[in-house]
Order: sequence, then C-alpha cells, then structure tokens
Amino acid sequence: MAVTFVLDGKAMAAREGETILQAADREGVEIPRLCYKEGYRPDGNCRVCMVEIEGERVLAPSCCRRPTEGMKVSSATDRARASQRMVAELLLSDMPKGGKSPYRSESELDHWAARLGVGVPRYPPRHQPHPDLSHPAMSVNLDACIQCGRCVRACREEQVNDVIGYAWRGDHAKIVFDLDDPMGASTCVACGECVQACPTGALMPANHVGLIEPDKKVDSACPYCGVGCLLTYNVKDNAILYVEGRNGPSNHSRLCVKGRFGFDYVHHPNRLTKPMMRKAGVAKSEELVDPDDMWSLFREATWEEALDAAAAGLRKIREAHGPQGLAGFGSAKGSNEEAYLFQKLVRTGFGTNNVDHCTRLCHASSVAALLEDIGSGAVSNQVSDVAHADVAIVIGANPTVNHPVAATFMKNAAKAGTKLIVIDPRRSDLSRHATYFLQFRSDTDVALLNSMMNVIIVEGLANEAFIRDRTENYEALKANVAEYAPEKIAPVCGIPAETIRAVARLYATAKAAMIFWGMGISQHIHGTDNARCLISLALLAGQIGRPGTGLHPLRGQNNVQGASDVGLVPMLYPDYQRVDNDDVRRKFEAFWNMPLDPKPGLTVTEIMGAAYDGVIRGMYIMGENPAMSDPNVAHARAAMVKMEHLVVQDIFFTETAGYADVILPASAFPEKTGTYTNTDRRVQLGRRALDPPGNARQDLWIIQEIARRMGLDWNYAGPAEVFEEIRKATPSMGGITWKRLEREGSCTYPLEREDDPGEPIVFIEDFPRPGGRGLFRPAKYSHADELPDSDFPFVFITGRQLEHWHTGSMTRRASVLDALEPDPVISIHPDDLAVLGVEPGGVIALESRRGSLTAYARADRGMQRGTLFMPFVYNEAAANLLTNDAIDPYGKIPEFKFCAVKLSRGKKVAEALL
Amino acid sequence: MDAIDLIGGAPLGMAARPLVEDAEGRKKKRREGKGRHVDPLALEEVRALLGDEPRRRDLLVEHLHKIQDRYHCISAPHLVALAEEMRLSVAEVFEVASFYHHFDVLKDGAAQAAAITVRVCDGLPCEMAGARNLLALLRNGGYGADVRIVTAPCVGRCESAPVALVQRNAIGHATVAGVDEAIEKKALAPSLPPYTTYQAYLRQGGYQTLKDCVAGKRTVADVVATMEHSGLRGLGGAGFPAGRKWKIVSAEAAPRLMAVNIDEGEPGTFKDRYYLERDPHRFFEGMLIAAWAVGIAEIYVYLRDEYAHVREILAGELAALQANPPIELPPIHVRRGAGAYICGEESAMIESIEGKKGMPRLRPPYVAQVGLFGRPTLEHNMETLYWVREILERGADWFSSHGRNGRKGLRSFSVSGRVNKPGVHLAPAGITVRELIDEYAGGMLPGHAFYGYFPGGASGGILPASLGEVPLDFDTLNSYGSFIGSAAIIVLSDKDSAKGAALNMLRFFRDESCGQCTPCRVGTAKAVALMERDAWDKPLLDDLSSVMIDASICGLGQAAPNPYLTALRYFPQEFT
Repeated sequence: MAVTFVLDGKAMAAREGETILQAADREGVEIPRLCYKEGYRPDGNCRVCMVEIEGERVLAPSCCRRPTEGMKVSSATDRARASQRMVAELLLSDMPKGGKSPYRSESELDHWAARLGVGVPRYPPRHQPHPDLSHPAMSVNLDACIQCGRCVRACREEQVNDVIGYAWRGDHAKIVFDLDDPMGASTCVACGECVQACPTGALMPANHVGLIEPDKKVDSACPYCGVGCLLTYNVKDNAILYVEGRNGPSNHSRLCVKGRFGFDYVHHPNRLTKPMMRKAGVAKSEELVDPDDMWSLFREATWEEALDAAAAGLRKIREAHGPQGLAGFGSAKGSNEEAYLFQKLVRTGFGTNNVDHCTRLCHASSVAALLEDIGSGAVSNQVSDVAHADVAIVIGANPTVNHPVAATFMKNAAKAGTKLIVIDPRRSDLSRHATYFLQFRSDTDVALLNSMMNVIIVEGLANEAFIRDRTENYEALKANVAEYAPEKIAPVCGIPAETIRAVARLYATAKAAMIFWGMGISQHIHGTDNARCLISLALLAGQIGRPGTGLHPLRGQNNVQGASDVGLVPMLYPDYQRVDNDDVRRKFEAFWNMPLDPKPGLTVTEIMGAAYDGVIRGMYIMGENPAMSDPNVAHARAAMVKMEHLVVQDIFFTETAGYADVILPASAFPEKTGTYTNTDRRVQLGRRALDPPGNARQDLWIIQEIARRMGLDWNYAGPAEVFEEIRKATPSMGGITWKRLEREGSCTYPLEREDDPGEPIVFIEDFPRPGGRGLFRPAKYSHADELPDSDFPFVFITGRQLEHWHTGSMTRRASVLDALEPDPVISIHPDDLAVLGVEPGGVIALESRRGSLTAYARADRGMQRGTLFMPFVYNEAAANLLTNDAIDPYGKIPEFKFCAVKLSRGKKVAEALL
Repeated sequence: MDAIDLIGGAPLGMAARPLVEDAEGRKKKRREGKGRHVDPLALEEVRALLGDEPRRRDLLVEHLHKIQDRYHCISAPHLVALAEEMRLSVAEVFEVASFYHHFDVLKDGAAQAAAITVRVCDGLPCEMAGARNLLALLRNGGYGADVRIVTAPCVGRCESAPVALVQRNAIGHATVAGVDEAIEKKALAPSLPPYTTYQAYLRQGGYQTLKDCVAGKRTVADVVATMEHSGLRGLGGAGFPAGRKWKIVSAEAAPRLMAVNIDEGEPGTFKDRYYLERDPHRFFEGMLIAAWAVGIAEIYVYLRDEYAHVREILAGELAALQANPPIELPPIHVRRGAGAYICGEESAMIESIEGKKGMPRLRPPYVAQVGLFGRPTLEHNMETLYWVREILERGADWFSSHGRNGRKGLRSFSVSGRVNKPGVHLAPAGITVRELIDEYAGGMLPGHAFYGYFPGGASGGILPASLGEVPLDFDTLNSYGSFIGSAAIIVLSDKDSAKGAALNMLRFFRDESCGQCTPCRVGTAKAVALMERDAWDKPLLDDLSSVMIDASICGLGQAAPNPYLTALRYFPQEFT
C-alpha cells in the first residue's frame, strides 16, 4: 500500500515497498548514496544516505528504510548533513593520497564528496594494501575500496558466482577472493559484475580504461551465446574501450566474461581486410593453413574481381551440374536479415534447398521432436520464468559455462527456494546449487527419463485432466514406459531407484516445474528420442502452458533461433513452413517471384558427405567453420579439398578459409546493425558501433552482391528494409516493426499484430498442431553408435568452455579470453590419470577410429571414471578429429557427445595456428 | 592521462598485462580448473570430524570449531574441504572463519599451528593489574614453536586480574610461574567449580514453579503480569522490560524461537559466568518458564567460547535435564561463540547462530518480529531469565522492594579494578559507586585513592570520583553521557589515567568492530589513531563521535566514543 510521508517539508507518496531513497529519487530530492545500487539488495552499510526521522533517537539509512504513514523525514538538516559529510570524509581520508580515485574518472565517492562540500579530509589515512594485478581482465586496487560490499552482492547475490567475500573484521575487514587469494588465482569467472558494481574503481577493467573518456556509447547486444544479453559499447577512436551490461530483459545488466571482456577480437591484427583469391596453380591440401602463411597461397583481389570470381564459379557449377551441385552454409552468428537473405539467395539464386547452418550441430534433434510433438520448435517459457518455478530440471546442459547469464537466473531462483534437479554425466558448478544432482551414465537419457515417467504413472501422479484434454497417444506412452521400473533402470543409468523416484515425484507434484536442456540431450543419435522424452515428461505432468513451467532448450549461438526462424534450414521456409508442402511452396514462389525447388535440401552433415562423394561441387560458406566444427572433421576437410569452388566469407582466415577459392572479408558483430533472436524468442537490435577495418564490407552487402551476380535483381537499402520483408514472410514476427525495435530494443514473438505485447509464455490453451493436442511419442532406450570396447575403452564427450566460443575463431583472438584459457585441455578424473602414470598438466594422446590428437590432461573430480571431456575449440588439438559422424535419423545431428577413444601418454602438444 | 601506461602498446581496452607470459599460471591452467581444488585427504579428515552431523549452513561455526579443536588451526585445505562438504562457497566459509578470533586460519606456507595457545587478557582490569608486563615476560619466555602467546580481549574473569588462558584452562592472578606450571603439567582443560547439579536443584524445590506453570496452576497472564510488575529489565545492558518483551513476542505468528545471550563480553562484566558456575538450573528453569509463557518452539543458547568450563557445565546439566525432564522440553541447542564481542549484540548473535559472521542487522524489522531463521524471536540475556523463578516464587513485590536512592530492584554488579574485594556483588539498584566500594567491595586497595569509574563496562564511558554519589541504575546516568549497561564497574584510582583507560577501550572497540558500517569501522580506527597522539584533537574527535553516535548500525559504534568523550569532559586535568 502506498503511504504518504513528508520529506524535507514536502508531502509525497511512497509506492508499495519503496524506500525513502527510492521515493526521494522519484521526487527529485537528492540524497547521497554509496553502498546502494539500483537493482541490488540495499545493504545500508555505508551510512552516507542517513536521514533524520522525527521521533527517532538516531539517524536512519534512507536506502533501507521504508516510510510509514505520516513519517517526517529530513535529509538536509544540519544533523543529517553532518553525518553524511563525515561518512564521505572518513572514506575519503582512506583513499590513496587522501582524495580523488586514481582509477576511475567518475568515482561515486568523489561525486558525493563534492556534492556535500567535503574538502581535503582531516583524518589520518589507513595503512594501504598492495594492488592485485594477477587477473588478465581486471585490476584490484583495494586502496580505493570503501567496503560498501557492492562487489560482494554482485558476485554472491546477482551472479551467484560466490567468489568474493568480505573477510576478517573491523578495520582489517577486507574484500577477498576465495581464501584471500589473488584474483587471478581464484575461482573468479571474470563476469565483471563486480567491476560494474564498484563505485570507486577499486575493481576496474585492466589498463586504466576507467580514466579514458569514450567518444560514444552504443547500445547493442552481445555477439556470443543465445542468452541475448544487451550491452553498451564504450568506443574511442573506432576501438572498443570497454563494455557495460545494459538492463535487457534477458540479462538485467549482467554479462559474462565473453560478453564483457571478449570484445577485442574485432581489433585483432589477423582480421581479414581485403578480398583474397587462391593463387593460380596452388592446390588444396587437407593440412590446415597457418594464417601466417595465407599470402603464400592467396593473393589480394579487388572486390569486383573477387565477387565476380565467386559468383562465376557458382554459376558455372549450376549450369554444368544443375542446382543440386551447389550448397550454402549460413551462420547463426549473423543477423536475421543476413540469414534471411542468405537462404533466399540459395533458394532463388542457386535454385536448391541445400542451405543449412550450425543448428544442425546443436538443437536440430530438439527442434525435430518439438515440431513433431507440440508443433513449435521454440521455447515455451523464457529463462527468467525459472523464478516462478518450484522445481527446475536442468539436463544435459552446463549453463554456468555455456549460458552463464541464464545460469545466474537459475541460481537466483535456487537461492530463493526453487529446487533444482541437475542431471548430467559431468558435475558442473550448478550442481552445488541443486537439490538433486544426478550424475548419470552418459547415453542413458531415454532410460532415465522413461523411468521417471514410469514412477509418475505408477504412483498416480500423472496429470489426468491435462492428458485427457490436451494430449494424444497417451496409452502408447504408458505401455512403453511400463518396462522402465526404477529398480530395473538404476543399474543402467547409475542412479539409485529411490533417487529416480524422488525426482520424478518432485517434478510431477510441483505447482510449477520447468525443464531446461542443452546439447547433452540433443547431440546423440538418439537426440530426438531424448527430447521426445522430455516433452512427454512435461505433458504427462501437465507442466506446460503456465508461468514457471514448460520446455526450454537453451539455444547456443546468439542467433540460432532467428536463423532457423527465417528459414536457414533445408526443409523449412521462414516460420517453419515446410518446403515439401505444395501450398507453402507456391506461396513463397509468389512472394519471391521465382520457381522453387520442391525437395527438401541436404543438411550440414549430408552436404559434407555429398561433397566428399563429388555430388556437391561448389559452396558459399558465410561465417561457419566446418573445418573445425564438423564431426569426424578429417572427412569434412577432405570433402572441402575435393570441392571445385568454395567461397568463404568471414572476419578471420579460419581453418575453413584455407580450403577456399575466394575469401570475402566481412564485418564483425559490432561493425553492423541487425536483429538477433535469442533463446527466449526475443528479437533484439544490435547496433553498429565501429567501422569495419580496411576494405572489409558489410555481410548484407556482400550477400547482395553475390546475389546480383547470380542473376537476382536485389536492391535492399539496408537491414531495416530486409526486416520488413522478413515480417511478411514470418507471420509470428509480423507485428514487430523496425521502429519498435529501435525504441524498445527487444520484442518477444509470437507478435503477430503491431500493437501486440508479445507472448512470453506459449501453449497456454493448445499446441500449434492439427487438432491442437500435444503428442506423446514413446521412445525406446537405445545405445550410442560407438560404444567403448577393449580397444577404445574411454567415452569421449565434446563441448564448450566458458572462455571460448565455438571453434575459437573469435575468442582465441580475444586477448583476455585467450589468456584465461590458452591451451587445449582434456578433462579427466585424476584416478584415471594416475593409472596412466601421467601427472595433472601432463600431455596425453587420444585416439579414436577416426583420428588422434595430443593435449594437456586437466584433473577434474567432476568427471566420471572412464569418461573424458574436451572442448572443440583448439585447432592444434581439434576434438572433432575424434568424434563420430553418425547422425540422429530425425534431426540429422551428429553424436558429438559420445564416441570411444583410447588414451596414452603423449609427447608434445602442437602449436596453435592463429 | 599521463598516468596511463599502456603496457606493450596494446590498443586501448585490450588486456595487455596477461600477454606477458605467466608460465606458472599457464601450467596451473593445464593441471586443473580455476581456484583451489579439494584435497581428498583433507576431505576425508573433515568428513570424519563431522560424522553424521547435518551439513546445514547454520552449523558452520560449530563445524569450524571441530576443525580448530582437533588441529589447533584451520588450514586452507580444510577450509576448501569443509566448503565442499557443506556445499558452500570457499569465500563464504573463509569470511566466517576469519571473522572470529578463535579460529586460526592458516594460509598456505604459514608455520604449523602451535599445540598450545596462551591468551593473555588485555582488558582494562587486567591491564591495570599488570597484564602488559606479564605478556612481555611470556613473550620473552623462550617457549618455542609449540606455545603461542597472544592477547585476548576481556575474558570475563576481571575479579582475578590479570588472567591468562592456557588453552582452555583459565589462570587467575596469572604469573609466569603459573602459566609455566600449566604448560608443563599439560593442564589445558578447564577446571569445574562446585555447582548445584540437577539432582541437588530438584531437592531444593527446583522446577516446581515450571511444573506448576505447565500444569496450569499458574496462568500465562498471571506470570506475565508478575514479570511486568516486578520491573525486571533486560540485564544484558539494554534494559528492555522483560514482561513486555514476552507480550510482544507472544503476539507474533508461530513458530516463535528463543535465543539466550550468554555472550557476556562487555569488558569488566562477568556476572553471567558467576551465576552459571553456581546454579545453572536456575537459569534453565527461567528459560523454560519464558518459553512456556511465550509459546516457544525451539531454544538456542549462545555461549561465549571463552567460558569453556561453563560450556561443560551446561552440556552436562542439559543432558541430565533432558534425560529426566520435569516437563516436555522444547528442543534446546547450545551454540558456541568463537571469540567476537559483537556477537553479544542481539542481531549479531542471531547471525552467528545461523552460522554467519556476527554482523548486526539493520532494524526495523526487530528481532521480536523477524529474528532467528526469519522467525519471531524472544531474545534474553541469561541473567534476566535467572531471576524469573525467584520473582515468581517470591512475588513481584519482593524484587521491587529492593533498591536505594529512589530506585527499585536488584543489580548484579561486576566490580573490578582497584578495590579490595572485586567480584559479583548483588546490591540494590540505585546504590552509588562509593557505597558499592565501601559496603560490598571492601574499600579501595591500600595506597589507592578513588579517582573515577566505568559504570557500565567499556560502553558506558568513564565518570570521575566527583560523580561517585550518583545512583547507579538504568536511566540515572544518561544526563552524564553515560549508562550502566551490564553493571560492570571498573574502579580507577589515582594510579590510573582516564586517558589511558579510554585508549584501552577504544582499541578494544576497534578490534571488535564487525567492520560493516563506515562510522564504526573507520571511526574506531581513526579514534585510536587520534588518541595515540600525545595531544588529542578535540574537534576531530567530536566530529567523529557525532557520526558514530548518529549513524552507526548498532550499539557498538554508537557507544564507542563514550570513553573518550567522558575522558575529555570529566578529566580535563589530563589534557592540559
């Protein structure tokens, strides 16, 4: 209830829950504050915001105190001001040299001391601590620390990384990392929330950037993962000085290490700045090309020359071998506009549906199952909805590493009482926050999930009304899961029957329960079955269509959702309309004014196979790096060697570029404007902050120039015009206008009419399938394609790591990220390592039936014995040399999460090619 | 701008520093993930110590004690292992461990913990009795690495100053010889005084009043009315009327909890110890009557760690009580402090019981509304409960019939300093210090003339001999810039200086400040720095006191300037 109170003689109303300080801010009454930070829990420790309240013995902190009806508050009496000033003076006296912060030009202490008229402090200074410069990204200068605890709240309560503490006591009380360790040696994940929170610059990005005045601040989005954090680029002299989190709906001003400190790849000297063509007579070889050697294979070309050559090669193949000799890989890192134009180019200019992107390698199976069973491939509920969930299952996902900011919301929820059930073969940081952590055996997802459903049915916990009103094929599911009693499944998946029962009950009986999953579910040859089980689980318990429920496959790339939405997949036009549906095809033929190929095209993995077989002869690859990202990557590399004509468009000389005939230098994320759709179905605007280097060009321009040379009469003026066309092709986004995006920065679809607010939760009434019902699709437990045996006894799992993105082309060229994780490592249980007789940090060699590599052995007690994990980011030890290219029959996704390898002592790790 | 040094000429905003090759750091990254990792052996050791006990967060301080007791220190591997075992972050465990004096956090590479720790009390009464000299002699005693000599803030044995604790064995009137003997004989455990056991207490009619209450022979309304009528006020120092507190907490939603404060730490105070060494069940009975009257679901008793012998007494007698309970008992938990004066502050104590650092909470909300584990909480000083039985049995008028100089009730004065008979003296409220010295404390020590006194431990400030006729009770000293608090009377003589005494007290406050709020954390440190100068800067000290009094979160910071303010006000002769 609102209350009326008097502040400095002026009657004002405070809103429900509002503090005196918040009401004062709203009413324009200035009260100093230091430990208070909007959005954070007020702590009331600095005491600079003290006010006098009539009838009270001592002053009160306005940041914590809520007014009561009729309360008389004074912020500017002599008594209140004396305390405010004294607090500022005391803090100032302990600053280095007794005054202005040497680390930050906009120190909040300096600001308030000046406002309060505090001059040179009169009190003797404290003994000052030494600087801690151990971290690559941040400087710790506690001589400027005012102990306000904002960094502690940032680390513990916002990001829940729990690295920063406030230790010791009294005048020895000190901000510490872990056990008062140097920041660089601590568990710090460098999210930088503390830097963003620090009012004085005691914690700052390294290199004194806090003292430099930026030329401009550009509101944009993060180029990395699917969480879709909004941020601000601080730019000086066409270079990014530093990045700040912006209050976006999916990030609440939070960022992770990549978003905050991983931006300088755009300034890396290896940026491609001029078009390149393969020198005449230089043959392609399977060996990776060192970027340092690129000029020995390629020569500089003009844009005209390069574009002509790129298009001519493609045209030649189209004419000689027909459209099916061509294919294109677009990118989930590009904008919706780029993805849309790219698929339109392949479909209308090449004349084929052979267009795909890395969604094939990440959530294709999830999307296949979702489209099949509930009619829509996108998430039903947004990440932040976890705050409304009583229970959340996180399975086959490591969000603290791969979706760090999304993970913060899960951890916030866990702290507030949401029970997390973390299910993963590897122990992740999130497991510490879990009520249940099930470290089950890799590959046994279907068995475990069926068993949970068995419990729910047997114990009468199924949501009969939901099943009756909103689903079909329940009897088949029931019959199928009857064979998965927990006692029978426990030895299969390595989880005690009682635990299976407990988590099944917890999920089914929760008022609201949500499921998040990642690539641990999708990247199996039974990935679609895995996802089907999760969907069935939600339908069975009726945990969908309400706040805090639903299904959320955590999207990987920043625009993998959008790229799929706008049709960058071989079987679907924009908005998931099937290419093999004649009505749909005719609609698009009319819309694009061009006859279209009625046959679904080949997928990423199929295209590489077809290239190897000589069927696909020419390709246009924009921003993808199959020479690193494909399974059994030696095969993919061989396929590219065989290709007659390969056009690569990228910002770096990637491993794939080494196989190109023409290389087109493109723009990095901060150099262009476009829309990106995050995992939450939020369409968000990325704004251009920099000019591309040298002669590099906008991707949209490049695609259009190729299209014109392929005979298409395109003339898009810019992303806004392309977006207008996307709206028309994609009814679920039809109501989103460019103007609205410019104004709001972020819109959630479905948003069909311009005045719609957008729908954060879908499937409230029905599912977008014929008949509106959700389908139970039973799945049988089956094995991975390649099981360990006596020759290859270890299970090999691939994935990502916090500091690196995908194939590393950006992050290994981001100085902070590279410094934080410079070397290829294989995570292994220390006991397995001991058996091998190798010390942690030693070199081990891995070999599968497809390839081999050497890398460093990182001891990790979170691994199960007999299981290895490796990120696929390092070209000197490319994990995908080992992986199996067997694919899921529905999603066509490869089994990145399971193959068999053997292990031996290694000699030397190869040099990185960067 | 010229302060900016772009190392290696890297573009603005790029991390130049890390590109300087850090070979060791890089090798570490190859070896293992970020930060410290659990040492399997340390984990086994911690698991063995914790046994089947719950790993709940609120037991963190208890679990840290187990490690400290066993290993005489808490090493980094044990901290990391404990964090893992309790599913807490390392930082959370470390900040709690480092907050408390009694946990010796040992960082990597530090010397092994000494097997024996000798703590020499440097509280004012001990300092007056020669603690500094004793400390100097012990430090030069050549004990070797096995014996560690440290100072300790007031250990609550001021009647036998100076005091040294050899491990947990308290030695009064300590000398080097006494300490040596204890070390040689390995007399490290507390010695238990004779006290009234459960059986003896029952024989004396104990617990009958409690049984009458539970049996309905007394009503809650009557009992609360008697308590209110008696005028009994909180004897921890704040003086809140006990009966009214019971009413207030009773009106809050169940489940309601009770927290008993035996963190007696105000320098010069030792009355709670005195009573518990003699008649622990009188306290238990009062506690259980209060719990009955207020409808308490669970009771937490928080005992300062310095009172190891009291812990043994309470543990043994509580077990006896629980084995043969006079009524159906609510769950009673005895929690152990770990050396932090601030935990005597009611909300800091609650934080500590919850396993956290003892940092006072902001109020509102008040502890009675939102207290321990977020529940409405009845918090009492031990002595307040100690008097409940007698007041109920003898009637409210009995208690209020005592008193002198117009005041009512009884007070337990902890008298120390330059008197012949220091100790706990139960005397009428309103007695003057001169009366107290002459009638109860056996007069001034030979050769000492009464000069001044602390009427309420460190917090109450120093009054001069000229104010020796002021009645000592709640509220009577306010106009003198002083208060009685826990009734810890430290008597100074002409051999002492108010200036020196005030500095001793401010050092105490500086060391005991929790470090949370600026006025107290910075203020106490600045005050000490200013007071260590020959000439005190009165304007600076005055400005400091105003912000400390007005803007500190809790009573520690609000009262901390009192010693120097009163020294300046009443002892001008020392500053000329």
